[in-house]
Amino acid sequence: MGLRAPFGGEVLVRGTVLMWLSIIVLIPLGAVVFRSFDEGAGAFWEAISEPEAVAAIKLTVITSLVIVVINALMGTLIAWVLVRDEFPGKRIVNSIIDLPFALPTIVAGLTLLALYGNDSPIGVNVTYTKVAVGLALLFVTLPFVVRAVQPVLHELDEEMEEAAASLGASNFRIFRSIILPNLTPAIIAGCALAFARAIGEFGSLVLITGNIPFDTQVASVYIFGRIESDNTTAAAAVAVFLLVLSVVILFALNLFGRWRSRHERG
Amino acid sequence: MSTSADEFAKVAAKASGGINVTGVTKRFGDFVALDDVSIDVPDGGLTALLGPSGSGKSTLLRVIAGLEQPDEGQVLISGENTTDRRVQDRNVGFVFQHYAAFKHMTVFDNIAFGLKIRGQGTGKIRERVKQLIELVHLQGFEKRFPNQLSGGQRQRMALARALAVEPKVLLLDEPFGALDAKVRQELRTWLRHLHDDVHVTTIFVTHDQEEAMEVAEQIIVMNDGRVEQSGGPRDLYEDPASEFVMGFVGPAHRLGESWVRPHDVEIRHEPNGKTIEALIDRVVHLGFEVRVELTLQDGETFSVQLTREQVDELELKDGQIVFVRPKSSRTFSPDGTVPATVA
Amino acid sequence: MSVVNPFARYGMRFAALLYLGLLLAIPLVMIFVKTFEDGFREPLEAVTSEEGLHAFYLTLLCVGIAVPLNTIFGVLCALMIVRDKFPGKSIINSLIDLPFAVSPVVIGLALFLVYGVDGFIGGPLDDMGIQIIFSTPGLVLATIFVSLPFVVREVVPVLQEIGDDQEQAASTLGANAWQTFWRVTLPSIRWGVTYGVVLASARALGEFGAVAVVSGRISGETETLPLLVQNEYDNFNVAGAYAAAIVLAILAVLILLSMNLLRRRSSGDEDEELGLQVVAQPAKEV
Repeated sequence: MGLRAPFGGEVLVRGTVLMWLSIIVLIPLGAVVFRSFDEGAGAFWEAISEPEAVAAIKLTVITSLVIVVINALMGTLIAWVLVRDEFPGKRIVNSIIDLPFALPTIVAGLTLLALYGNDSPIGVNVTYTKVAVGLALLFVTLPFVVRAVQPVLHELDEEMEEAAASLGASNFRIFRSIILPNLTPAIIAGCALAFARAIGEFGSLVLITGNIPFDTQVASVYIFGRIESDNTTAAAAVAVFLLVLSVVILFALNLFGRWRSRHERG
Repeated sequence: MSTSADEFAKVAAKASGGINVTGVTKRFGDFVALDDVSIDVPDGGLTALLGPSGSGKSTLLRVIAGLEQPDEGQVLISGENTTDRRVQDRNVGFVFQHYAAFKHMTVFDNIAFGLKIRGQGTGKIRERVKQLIELVHLQGFEKRFPNQLSGGQRQRMALARALAVEPKVLLLDEPFGALDAKVRQELRTWLRHLHDDVHVTTIFVTHDQEEAMEVAEQIIVMNDGRVEQSGGPRDLYEDPASEFVMGFVGPAHRLGESWVRPHDVEIRHEPNGKTIEALIDRVVHLGFEVRVELTLQDGETFSVQLTREQVDELELKDGQIVFVRPKSSRTFSPDGTVPATVA
Repeated sequence: MSVVNPFARYGMRFAALLYLGLLLAIPLVMIFVKTFEDGFREPLEAVTSEEGLHAFYLTLLCVGIAVPLNTIFGVLCALMIVRDKFPGKSIINSLIDLPFAVSPVVIGLALFLVYGVDGFIGGPLDDMGIQIIFSTPGLVLATIFVSLPFVVREVVPVLQEIGDDQEQAASTLGANAWQTFWRVTLPSIRWGVTYGVVLASARALGEFGAVAVVSGRISGETETLPLLVQNEYDNFNVAGAYAAAIVLAILAVLILLSMNLLRRRSSGDEDEELGLQVVAQPAKEV
């Protein structure tokens, strides 16, 4: 470019960025991987195949998959209502979608307890059950699909739908053949982010799930327990599992995003 | 253009505020944007860099400004070698195609920017900006933001901003490219008048030959990173140095081996030995001017420009067989560069 | 709208609003109800207790250090990603997003392993008498980690959008790199930066998992507001938990409001909508 900072300003910026990223993020995460294999691959395998760890991982992954499916459905529905429907108070509804991003996770857990806890005013008590795990995860992941789908739906040409209707397509047919194919990439992207968030979630779960081993204890809570009991090898092993899973999702999403932008341009 | 005139431009450019570019080459990866380009722009002149997109004209302008660094060659402004000088220190006024208006600043602050950078006093700045606002006819718009201006107003603001620092040279990159036809026309005329008032050495880039011919005193035609020809508008039109210039500056058709302008063709009803047979496809009346569209025997099509009187006299009609002869034409050597004969 | 029949439309609207109501709105209202159902005195006392005030102070301290540092980093990093060119840039661009993807507890563990007494950085520092983990610096470090990508992700698309025309114009007018940054670049990206700062603050204020690991939960010392909520709840002081939570909830609502104001402001101003880039555009190629 034409702008050349004096004294090699670019190099200074690169160095600063890389150093900051290393001190805060890269070295510590590297240490987790290092720690998990510290005592050999055998110890790593032993730690991760311990029944309590397996149960926690299983619960985490299965529940996350379930809530992602619910998110795909409800998130798309909410996005549709927010873009295509008109009703009083729509703006307020639109703005509270971001609440789970703004609200501290521990407070999120407490709010769910207030409505679905021991002294629930509507008589629904889910505390210390797997339903509570799902409920908390649904709360914190709600915005992902909605916010991914909304702009795409907004850009989608309504005349396409009208054209389909004029050709005799039913509502369901229009949704399936016209709207859905256009939204699929956004729904997938939103779901991937929601899944990555769900498998690592901690704060919203600690109060409402009771953290019962082999029942309601998720992976992050398991890791936390092992750190507290000073078994960092076991903690690091499960942490590496989560880390790899989320990094794979992140990179896949990155590739998917690139592929999609190339695809759309071409 | 004769050698002596060339020499004169070079000497004139060196002597004062002119621009000399010598042997400039610029590559972007494998792509050669400028290939050993040399140009001379006299002091106070108004010069157009004309060429199709990708011809290197914008790159040349950016090299002169210091926004791009040439791989080889030199840039002299007022006889001073500025090749290694940073853009900030060259004191050039640059006007960008898409205005590059500072969106977060008012018209006043946009124009005052360069003066503030130079640390001038508030009173002096206010006075100078006022002058410039009058110059570009933006009185009353001082407090507006760029997004509250029309395209033409934004471009005039950008021009005032560039002129504020009293640049040695003014460089305009497709200055009217993003404007609609009517505003373009107004701004052309206005730029011509402005240059008569301000008299700063000016180069503007354009792909529109009509614009170049209307506004500029000197035109430099570029193609494929090279200078094809430079000279006055009339020189280029009447004495093109290459097939490319012939085709790019003004309309031209190939007739057999040679090139001819549409108004340089005679149409007859009888052959006379030098003529070629042609079929009239259509006679198009455009008011005073009439365009006759013809097909030759080899299937080649071209059109001839005549006046209404000529067409009436010849009684030309669609579907007639006629005989055509170029009144004057040019033939270029096989590589398309050197003019071989002038008939 | 014309296409979908009214029954289906009302049905969908009802389903969407019911879901949002049961999951978000009613629980949020409930926390206000629960906190103040026995009057204002008790929660007020809990919040203004020495413990409560210290937790509040500590939370603000963490935010106050982490967010400005990440803002400087974020602007530099965004400039590098958009304007600079060097091999390996796209890898760095992807690594920036790691804090979004990694579990807070894993983040806590990571910092614990490096900056703890047994860590290879924390060990030497401990010998010098500097304690990071189980102390305020650890809390700050965790807060920086979790809020790192927000400013970068908001500023990158804005920088791409504005291009470098204005910067070039400034340089032809004589401005050096420093002047161009302060007078042209920074004012052009200010709303993006502000939005990123708001998002980073929200995350920094409420961080629980990472902070929980590195805090050691020394009451009145390394206990931030979110940690206080849990502590009070575990100690069967439900009113105290709700009181601490309400402070965070009010801050969250304020953040939500400013997010909305900013989004409207920037979209009205410059015809470009700021969104949660985190969500809408998973790290684009640059």
